Amino acid sequence: MTANTSPFIIADRLTIGLPEGRPLVDGISFEIGKERVALVGESGSGKSLTARSLMGLLAPSLSLNASQLSLAGNDLRHLKPSQWQSLRGGKVAMVMQDPKYALNPSKTIGWQVEEPLLLHRKLSRRQRQEKVLAMLEAVGLANPHQLIKRYPNQLSGGMGQRIMLAIALITDPEFLIADEPTSALDHAMRDQVLSLIQDLVAQRDMGLLLISHDLQQVADHCQRVMVMYQGKILDRLAAKDLPQATHPYTQTLWACRPSLATKGKRLPTLDRAALEGYP
Amino acid sequence: MTETSLPLRAVRRDKRRWLLIIGYSLLGLLIAMALFAPWVSPYDPNAQVMADRLLPPDSHHWFGTDGFGRDLLSRVIYGTRPTLLLVVFILLLTVPVGMTVGIAAGYLGGWVERILMRITDIFLSLPSLVIALAMVAVLGPSILNGALALALTSWPPFARQARAETQQLRRSDYLAAAKMQGIKGLPLMFGHLLPLCLPSAVVRAALSLGGIILSAAGLGFLGMGVQPPTAEWGSMVAEGGKVIFDQWWVAAAPGGAILLASLTFNFIGDGLRDRLDSRNDS
Amino acid sequence: MSTIRLDNLNVSHPQGYQLRQVVQDVSLRVEPGECFGLVGPSGCGKSSLLWVMAGLNPHWSGDMVLAGTHVQPGSTFTGQLRRDVQMVFQDPYASLHPRHRLRRTLAEPLKRLGVENIDDRIAQGFQQVGLASTLIDRYPHQLSGGQRQRVAIVRALLLEPKIVLLDEPTSALDMSVQAEILNLLNQLKAEQQLTMVLVSHDPDVIDHMCDRSVTMQAGRITHLS
Repeated sequence: MTANTSPFIIADRLTIGLPEGRPLVDGISFEIGKERVALVGESGSGKSLTARSLMGLLAPSLSLNASQLSLAGNDLRHLKPSQWQSLRGGKVAMVMQDPKYALNPSKTIGWQVEEPLLLHRKLSRRQRQEKVLAMLEAVGLANPHQLIKRYPNQLSGGMGQRIMLAIALITDPEFLIADEPTSALDHAMRDQVLSLIQDLVAQRDMGLLLISHDLQQVADHCQRVMVMYQGKILDRLAAKDLPQATHPYTQTLWACRPSLATKGKRLPTLDRAALEGYP
Repeated sequence: MTETSLPLRAVRRDKRRWLLIIGYSLLGLLIAMALFAPWVSPYDPNAQVMADRLLPPDSHHWFGTDGFGRDLLSRVIYGTRPTLLLVVFILLLTVPVGMTVGIAAGYLGGWVERILMRITDIFLSLPSLVIALAMVAVLGPSILNGALALALTSWPPFARQARAETQQLRRSDYLAAAKMQGIKGLPLMFGHLLPLCLPSAVVRAALSLGGIILSAAGLGFLGMGVQPPTAEWGSMVAEGGKVIFDQWWVAAAPGGAILLASLTFNFIGDGLRDRLDSRNDS
Repeated sequence: MSTIRLDNLNVSHPQGYQLRQVVQDVSLRVEPGECFGLVGPSGCGKSSLLWVMAGLNPHWSGDMVLAGTHVQPGSTFTGQLRRDVQMVFQDPYASLHPRHRLRRTLAEPLKRLGVENIDDRIAQGFQQVGLASTLIDRYPHQLSGGQRQRVAIVRALLLEPKIVLLDEPTSALDMSVQAEILNLLNQLKAEQQLTMVLVSHDPDVIDHMCDRSVTMQAGRITHLS
C-alpha cells in the first residue's frame, strides 16, 4: 500500500441545495483521514446529504457545488457512473439507517453478501463462499452456514444491520460511512452494533464517518466530532473534549439527554434565536 | 477555482407541469367556447344554406360546411355545450355516489361492507355502452338520460378505490386520534375520511372523463344522444360518415374536436396523478 | 384508590383473520398523579397494552378499571370515560389530520360535547405549551415536528382528562426537541396533577420521567422498579 499522506476525504466549500431556495449544505469544508470521525446534527442539519454526496447518492434534483471534493484522490465532482461503481464498494462503503429498506427481500442473505465480491473482486466460487462465511462470523452472527440460505424478512433489526455491515465490509474497502446505523434499532442493540463497527474498523485499518444525531452515543465510539446545524459546521472538537465543549449548541446537545441523573430536573434546551446570532 | 454542478434532472417535473399547463389551457378553451358560443361562432349553427352545401374549408368557412350548408366551425363550437354538460352531469352523479358507497363500506365493515361491495361488483360487470343504449332506448334520447346511463356504469371504480383507501386509513394515527376524541360515524366519514380520499378520486375522475367523452360521442353517433338539428359532435360524425370519402372535413372536424376534448382530460388526469405521486413520495 | 387497575390482562392483535396474543397476564396499578413507565424492546407488547387502555383495541380479556370506571372487554369508550382517557401518539407527522387546520382539529371534539368558550380554551392551551397563537389557524405541515407534538399535547389536555397515555411521544423527535417536550410534560404534570402512562423503548427517557416503571418482554412483565 502506498503511503498516501493526503487525507482520504477532502471537501472544500461544499454546497448542496435545491435550485431555488436556501442551500441545505452551506459551503462546508473538512478533511478526514484514516480515523473515526462523527458528523452530528439534528434533522435539517445537512449531515445525511453530506454523507450521500461522498457516495454519489444525492437525489437528482439537488445541485452540488464545491471547490474541491475528493475521495482517495478521485475528484468526486467529475466521476462517470462506471467510475462510481468501482469506487463504491471498492474503496468506500456505506451502511444506512434501516436494514428493512436496504436489503432485497427476494434474494437470500448469502446471495446479497456475496454480490459485492462478484462486482469488485476476482475470486473463485469457493473463495467467495469462504469469505462470506468468515464475514458473517466477523459481524457476530451465529450459524453462518444456515444463515446464508435465509431471507431478510426472517431477521430481527439487529441481525439485519449486521448483515448490512457484512455486505459493506466484505470487499475490504478503506473507508466506511455509516448513516445513522442504529436509529432504527432498539436501545439495547445500539451499543452492540456501534461497538461492532468500531472493532471491525480498527481490525481492518479503515476510516469511519459516523453520522448521528446522538452526541453521547458517538462520544464513546469516535475520535473526532463535527457538529452541524442548518447546513453549517458549527463546532469541531475531539470526542474526549465533549464534556468541556464551549460552543453553546454543542453544550446543549451534550447535556440535553435525559437519564436517571436528570430525574426531576429541567433538561437544558436550545435557545435557537441566540444560536442564529452566534458566529 | 473550478466549480461544477451535477446535472439537474428536473425534466420529469417539467413534463408534469407542461401536461397540466396544456391540459388546463385546452379545458379553458373548451369552456370558453361553450360559454361564449353565440359571440364566437361566425355563423348560426343551424342556418341552412343549401347553395353552400359541402364546401371544403376556405376563408369563409374555416372548417367547411356540411350536407345542409351549415358552417362546421360554428357547429363544432356549439357542440362543446352538450359535451361539457354531459361531463358535469356525470361527475355530479358518479363521484359522490361512488365515494359515499366506498367510504361507508370501508369504515363500517362487516355485512354492510359485503353488501355494498357486491352491489358495486354487479354494476361494475355491466357493459357500459350496451346498458347506456338500452336505457336511452327505454327512456328516450336526451342529454340527461345519456348522462344517467353512462353514470350508472362509471361509479363502481370510485367506490372500490375509496373503500381501499378507507381501509388503509383506518390504521392511521390520525383516525385513532379522532376516535380518542369521540369522533365517529358521519362526522368521521365525511369530515375526516372524505378529504383524504378526494385527491385520488379527482385524478380518477379526470382520467375516466377521457373515455366517457368517447362513449358519449358514441351514443350521439348512434343517434341516441341529443337529437338533430342540435349540434353534437357524435351525431355530426355520423352525418359526415355518409360523405367521408369525398367530403372528409364533415366528419373530421367533429372527430378532431372529440379527440381534443378526450386528450384534454387525459392530460389533466396524467398531470394530476404525477403530482399526487410526487406528494406521496416526499 | 388507584387511578388505573389492571388485573390478569391478556391482549390480542388481529393478524389477517386470526388473533395473535401479544400480552399475557399483566397486572399493575397506577396511582393518582404519578408517571408510570412501560419499557421494553419493540414487539414486547407495551404499545398494545397502552392501546387497550386507550380504548382503541377491543381484543382483550381480564379486569380493567380506569379512573373509577369498570371497563368491559370489547366495549368502546363513551361519555365521561372517553373524556377521562386521552393519548399523545408517537409520530407527530401522522397524528394530526393533514387537511384540517389546527383550530378545526382542536375545536371539533369540544363542539361535539357542547363546551363553551372553545376559542378561549384553545388559545389558553397553546399558551400553556408555549406555542404562538398565530399558529392556531395553520395546517400541520406548516409546523415543525416539535410544534406538532405540542399541539398533540394540547389536544389531549383540552378534554381535561384524568389519565394521559403517551405512546413513545418523543421517539420521532430530535434530541434537543425531545428535551423541550419532556420538560413541558413534567411541567404540565405538576401543574395539573395528571396521571400519566408513558411507553418508550428508551430506558433513559423512562428513568428521567417516571416515578415507577415496569419492563416488558414478549408480552409479560419481567421487572418492576
